[in-house]
Amino acid sequence: MSGATSDLLDRARRAAQQAALHAADVDHHARFPAESLDALRRERLLGVHVSVPLGGEGASLKDLSAICGVLAQSCATTGMIYAMHQIQVGCMVRHAHTPAFDAYLTELVERQRLIASATSEAGIGGDTRRSGCAVEVDGARFRLEKNASVISYGAQTDDILVTARRHPEAVPSDQVLALVKDADVKLEATGGWDTLGMRGTCSLGFKLRAEAPRDQILPEPFADISAQTMVPYSHILWASVWLGIATDAVRRARMTVRNEARKKPGTIPPSASRLAELTLQLHLMRAALRDGIEEYERRMDDPDALASLSFAVRMNNLKLAASEAVVAITSRALLIAGIAGYRNDSELSLGRHLRDAHSASIMISNDRLYATNATLLLAVRED
Amino acid sequence: MTDAIRSILKEHAQLSATVESLTEEADLYAAGLTSHATVNLMLALEEHFDVEFPERMMRRRSFESIAAIRAAIEELTGGGAS
Repeated sequence: MSGATSDLLDRARRAAQQAALHAADVDHHARFPAESLDALRRERLLGVHVSVPLGGEGASLKDLSAICGVLAQSCATTGMIYAMHQIQVGCMVRHAHTPAFDAYLTELVERQRLIASATSEAGIGGDTRRSGCAVEVDGARFRLEKNASVISYGAQTDDILVTARRHPEAVPSDQVLALVKDADVKLEATGGWDTLGMRGTCSLGFKLRAEAPRDQILPEPFADISAQTMVPYSHILWASVWLGIATDAVRRARMTVRNEARKKPGTIPPSASRLAELTLQLHLMRAALRDGIEEYERRMDDPDALASLSFAVRMNNLKLAASEAVVAITSRALLIAGIAGYRNDSELSLGRHLRDAHSASIMISNDRLYATNATLLLAVRED
Repeated sequence: MTDAIRSILKEHAQLSATVESLTEEADLYAAGLTSHATVNLMLALEEHFDVEFPERMMRRRSFESIAAIRAAIEELTGGGAS
């Protein structure tokens, strides 16, 4: 998780220290990590991916990945909110080169605005590439109503990117991505959020009603934005968060082994060889993420290469591998940490890590991704 | 060849529009072609025309219209397919 500029990492570490202080409380009460967001804003980390001419810092995807990892080592909820925010920023940075979006991104940096995503919809299921709702353009403005089954931190966000059909007669897969700002939108919560893990993301369902200027609809089809940016950014930044969880779980396991070794200097505790195996798994997970980022950055400016089926399989595999690895690694860390890891009131507790890790195979179901890959592989010609 | 393409589209592309109503240049994705259906469409085209789409033609653009599909098949068969 190195490679980011040291200044960005220093700022991320300071924000992570704040996040760590409140992580247990955020988890216990399933509440939004407001202190973490204050710290991210204080460190000016929300707009770093925006280009320098628009006031940002032009931070790379590799930088964002490193920041997500640092945050998630302290509080996975904070890391995941930061990841989801940057996925939306990435869609606009890469696909919205218009005066309206230049102005918005400038404002996002200046005011450190937080942005969320409304892709899933009641009655459609988890398939982000189909929508039931549609934008209705009327002169210079559009209207949009969506029964969104999930909007993570919807009640706390400033702005939202929403998927919808291009017009009321469009087929479900003919979608656009539209920006709605807090002043454009009314949200009505349609459920609660009391989950096993990732409890502070507050991913409730909402009925969304918005009216906004027409130039807040991204100019490119969502099909392209999804394949070229939203999907690869999601899988890379989620995997970065999961790597952060796994890294901290291994750190806690290492501390228990060291504590044991200190009691009997000169003898190697039995758990030490389990720890050695565990670091191997962690390093493989880290290598898979780095390889995924490199693969993406190589193709980043070649829409044809990003649209290839083999690249889609590659990115799905990164998500599958990382989501399985984080559960395997945190589970084995618990075996090493023993009762200290099992207790909720211990400094080396792994309860939150384990519960957060299990969200990974559910955020876009792994079964769905395996089925998608099985279909795509009928057409793929090379690995 | 266009008739064969239309009949394969009808059977495998799961479009919401009727295939007869589509012009040669009509956007098949706007007519409801999904990436999942594209795979089935491609396999059916390969079987019918006895061709194999190489990796470089596995693009959204290769299947975006009847004309694009015809151009792709012509390229793969050297223009000799019927």
